[in-house]
Amino acid sequence: MAGGAASGGNATSDAYAPARGWLLLPAWLVLGIVVLAPIVLMLIYSFLTKEFRGGVIWEFSLEAYDQFFFDRGLFGDEAPTIQWAYMQIFWRSIWQASLATFFCLLIGFPTAYFIATRPANQRTIWVFLITIPYWVNLLIRTVSMRFILRDQGPLNDLLQWVGVISEPLTIINTNLGVQIGLFYSYLPFMVLPLYAAIERYNFSLSEAAADLYAPRLKILTRIVLPAVKPGVIAGCILVFVPSLGSFLAPDLLGGARNFMIGSLIDEQFRGSAGNWPFGAAASMILLTLVLLVLMVLARQQARLEKRES
Amino acid sequence: MKDHRPIAIDIRQVVKQFGDFTALKEVSLGIEDNEFFTLLGPSGCGKTTLLRMIAGFEDVSAGAIYLYDQEIAKLPPNKRPINTVFQNYALFPTMSVLENVGFGLEMQGKSKAEAKRRAGEMLELVQLSQFAHRKPSQLSGGQQQRVALARALAPQPRVLLLDEPLSALDMKLRKSMQIELKHIQRETGITFIFVTHDQEEALTMSDRIAVMSAGEVQQLGTAREIYERPRNMFVADFIGDTNLLEVTVDRIEDGRAACHLGGGHELTCDAVAGINTGAHVHLSVRPERLFLSSQPSETESLRGRVLENIFVGTDITTILDLDQGLQFRVRASNSDRGNLRVYEPGQSVFVNMERGSARLLVD
Repeated sequence: MAGGAASGGNATSDAYAPARGWLLLPAWLVLGIVVLAPIVLMLIYSFLTKEFRGGVIWEFSLEAYDQFFFDRGLFGDEAPTIQWAYMQIFWRSIWQASLATFFCLLIGFPTAYFIATRPANQRTIWVFLITIPYWVNLLIRTVSMRFILRDQGPLNDLLQWVGVISEPLTIINTNLGVQIGLFYSYLPFMVLPLYAAIERYNFSLSEAAADLYAPRLKILTRIVLPAVKPGVIAGCILVFVPSLGSFLAPDLLGGARNFMIGSLIDEQFRGSAGNWPFGAAASMILLTLVLLVLMVLARQQARLEKRES
Repeated sequence: MKDHRPIAIDIRQVVKQFGDFTALKEVSLGIEDNEFFTLLGPSGCGKTTLLRMIAGFEDVSAGAIYLYDQEIAKLPPNKRPINTVFQNYALFPTMSVLENVGFGLEMQGKSKAEAKRRAGEMLELVQLSQFAHRKPSQLSGGQQQRVALARALAPQPRVLLLDEPLSALDMKLRKSMQIELKHIQRETGITFIFVTHDQEEALTMSDRIAVMSAGEVQQLGTAREIYERPRNMFVADFIGDTNLLEVTVDRIEDGRAACHLGGGHELTCDAVAGINTGAHVHLSVRPERLFLSSQPSETESLRGRVLENIFVGTDITTILDLDQGLQFRVRASNSDRGNLRVYEPGQSVFVNMERGSARLLVD
């Protein structure tokens, strides 16, 4: 980042060189305190020994990682076996977060397109309406969702009254419940960047494509989507990443069998039953995983663009 | 000869309503096969709306549009064998120039290789072959304009629509593109419908022009017809430079109308159907159809005083006062090896005109 700033400033000569370091200080301070310090703290804690009433003993240990990956300890007498329980939780989290991203895109795109194609003076109202529910605390909204989705809740009552189902559907404490919760929690994070991208889209391009014999679906896939791709990528990241670490929806709508990483980590820091180093280790593993996925995506993107040009 | 040509686009009593606003009031036009046809008018006259209706981007509120006897008003744009060159070009930014030009062919179901081959040919036609693999954003305005043209021509449409395609170009480029467009139209034999607010552009390129204003066609004709015989005030005023005088018709005899204007001046000009004795109407005289002299001519003359001379290289415009605040412009061509006689301001002169240069206008 420092290299980027310096090379960007070359054009304006180096008269500012002494000042540049000081002017960048606030940025470095914020990045250091808000981004770097917590991660370093986590990294250190993940290699410490746990204290039984919560907290840590300042003594180096690999026990947290050992516990995460292996069943019979790596350092015990018997041959170690891989611990699948936590991996399963990870896999479930990734799967759930991916599904949530997919559904948010599926619903969010038409929504954003609809808003962006309203007359200019109506768009703000629609965006405002999308954001209204998010002025209420997420915890309260998730609890309300639990009320709506439960066996004798309004949703089941409605479906039975209409006659779609005869028995109440069990949604709470299932993966479906968690999925609905995630989808609902993060939908606006998909709609807003998509809206911003589509609003800037030049709709005469769609007209030009239609003029050149493209049917609607082709206009969408060949013209609109490539043009708003940055918005799609931003929306997907903004939904996928918080979904992956989410703990409210899995806790309140999922229950013990539908655990996600967020809940697992959350539990380690709660009350005296927790295990701080283990929670820290799980966080580090999650972080590494997300970064790996993003890096692979970015590299693929770069390769694709290179091939195009 | 042109009577034998088939009609390419037949617009029959087409009306366009936007809410309470009527953009087009029962417009009927027959655009002939292989014609360079221009819709000319000021902004808001409905010319672009009409073009968008032919393309299929706007539906018709009433009336019908035929393409070679096939009713197309209800067809979506992608089902019409008509292509458009857009005002802002609307080139696809994520595609290369070659892909842009090949897009229509691909959508028509041609194979990728075939589309590529033909797109390459089109780029040759507009002399952009060396830019085939660039993105549109890497081209200049003039080059983008030519890509838009190549893209619209590539699928061999039956009719090509051009929505003020030259308005973003500078003067010199515009002039050369005007000639190139005309040339391409001749070469391809495709019917062109061109929309512009620039009367000079329209006069330069068109076989026929429809002058539009306030959602109606004011006059339809060749460039000469419209310039020499404007039908009404609007056309006379909009096309070219003219002197508009308020006159009263005193009597009509043998196809000639004797009129008088303010200050006791009298004039005789050709009578026009629909204008009767006693009518208060306007008279149009083109400045270049008048000449100044110290002697009155045998045909028609008015007496005036020179106010100012404006020299613009190719010609000199003299502004005259005909009493009572009535002003007159006379343009003389600077072609006579500098022998043109220029009258000094304040001098009294005669403004002479040939028969047929003054024209009565229906309001």
